[in-house]
Amino acid sequence: MTDEDLHVDGEDDLYVDGDGARWAFGTGFTDPLHGVDQSVPDGVDAEDLAACCLALGDDALVSAQRLAEWCTRAPELEEELALANIGLDLLGQARLLYARAGRADGTGRGEDAYAYFRYPEDFRNVRLAELPGGDFAFTVARLLVLSVWRLAVCEALAAAPDPVLAAIAAKSAKELAYHSRWAAEWTVRLGDGTGESAGRMRAALDALAPWLDELLTDRAAARQGADPAAVAARTRLELFHVLADAGLDRSDDVSPLETPAPPVPGSGRNGRHTPHLAPLLAELQSVARAHPDASW
Amino acid sequence: MVTASPERASRIAAEVPDPELPMLTLADLGVLHGVEVAPEGTVVVRLAPTYAGCPAVAEMRAEVTARLLAAGFTDVRVVTVLDPPWSTDRITDEGRRKLAEHGIAPPGPRGAPGPAPARTWLRLTSGPPEVPCPRCASADTEEISRFAATACTALRRCRSCREPFPHVKDLP
Repeated sequence: MTDEDLHVDGEDDLYVDGDGARWAFGTGFTDPLHGVDQSVPDGVDAEDLAACCLALGDDALVSAQRLAEWCTRAPELEEELALANIGLDLLGQARLLYARAGRADGTGRGEDAYAYFRYPEDFRNVRLAELPGGDFAFTVARLLVLSVWRLAVCEALAAAPDPVLAAIAAKSAKELAYHSRWAAEWTVRLGDGTGESAGRMRAALDALAPWLDELLTDRAAARQGADPAAVAARTRLELFHVLADAGLDRSDDVSPLETPAPPVPGSGRNGRHTPHLAPLLAELQSVARAHPDASW
Repeated sequence: MVTASPERASRIAAEVPDPELPMLTLADLGVLHGVEVAPEGTVVVRLAPTYAGCPAVAEMRAEVTARLLAAGFTDVRVVTVLDPPWSTDRITDEGRRKLAEHGIAPPGPRGAPGPAPARTWLRLTSGPPEVPCPRCASADTEEISRFAATACTALRRCRSCREPFPHVKDLP
């Protein structure tokens, strides 16, 4: 099926900058890049720019959805608010990146065309983001890894040749700095806590280690200014220090993330996903797909 | 015929309250980046969102537009400024005073030197070293949660008067 089969050809109407705009599907989205000069500068490969924005946008959207699953289920109200707020920040980053992708790829698509009307194989997020929620320790460990890595990418992209991507990355880096701090603090608290909490953290790190290689070899932002080797080195360094502070490092001075278990082959960057992405998107997209022209 | 004076447009835009911290105007919060009136009379208002995901931006934009139209300006454009990004340093002294007056601890002093550069990004601290209680001014306060009712505030408690209070987090 194509988007046209879904009768979403009127979707441009969702982005009009109407008075009294509200913030939910069908109530009149506003273009998050409203008023920003969105021309692609000479010398920037627009297709690669769009692919980079799409990959980083998909990472953020899928992560935000997993974090939102903690609503009403977190161990404490304060941590529930933290997880929801971090998810909201990532959703904001996704909105900006999708808006940029829509201009750069020449389709003029808006944010909900990307979020609501694509199929799992069209998504380009790394697979670590889509793995099922697991326990609180897994959520903390995954957020630590993803936010430290994304921070390294965004700090590099703050000098990207495309000024819009550079501005989005600089803004995102500020937010990712406190996301990663929150995750690092919980990593230390759990790792340095009871036998049970440390065991949960170790199990979480073991569970995500095979998916780390996909991040550390990722080239989605390489041609926009984020050198993959530098990003990988920075990510490893940060994780090494946090895990050492948490007492989760191994006695042989090797990060527990440097697992002997082989990486899972493939990459979500090619649209090859785990079976967990489809149900996540089915829930995320259910209202928009059932009522593509809805407004209220 | 209403005069499309930039000063008047600026004043109207500056007085719009923030939807989440309504005791502050957009000018107090530092969200308002500038107001210009083009020769043909179009008012261009520049807003810098506090957070990329801040759902209040649409509200701000609608309110600024509505007030300027009501004041007789016929063509209003509200545009988003991403660069330079908003920071808590942009909250004015007046804004800080109003926050404290309403029981919300403002962020640290403007342009204060940040923590010394560390070997890594991830230094494990429990928030800024000292946030005085906005009610009793005691310096003996503790952070309860890094994230409170809104993304831009943390929740703290005063150990002297035992009252909880929100704190606008430093976002340099």
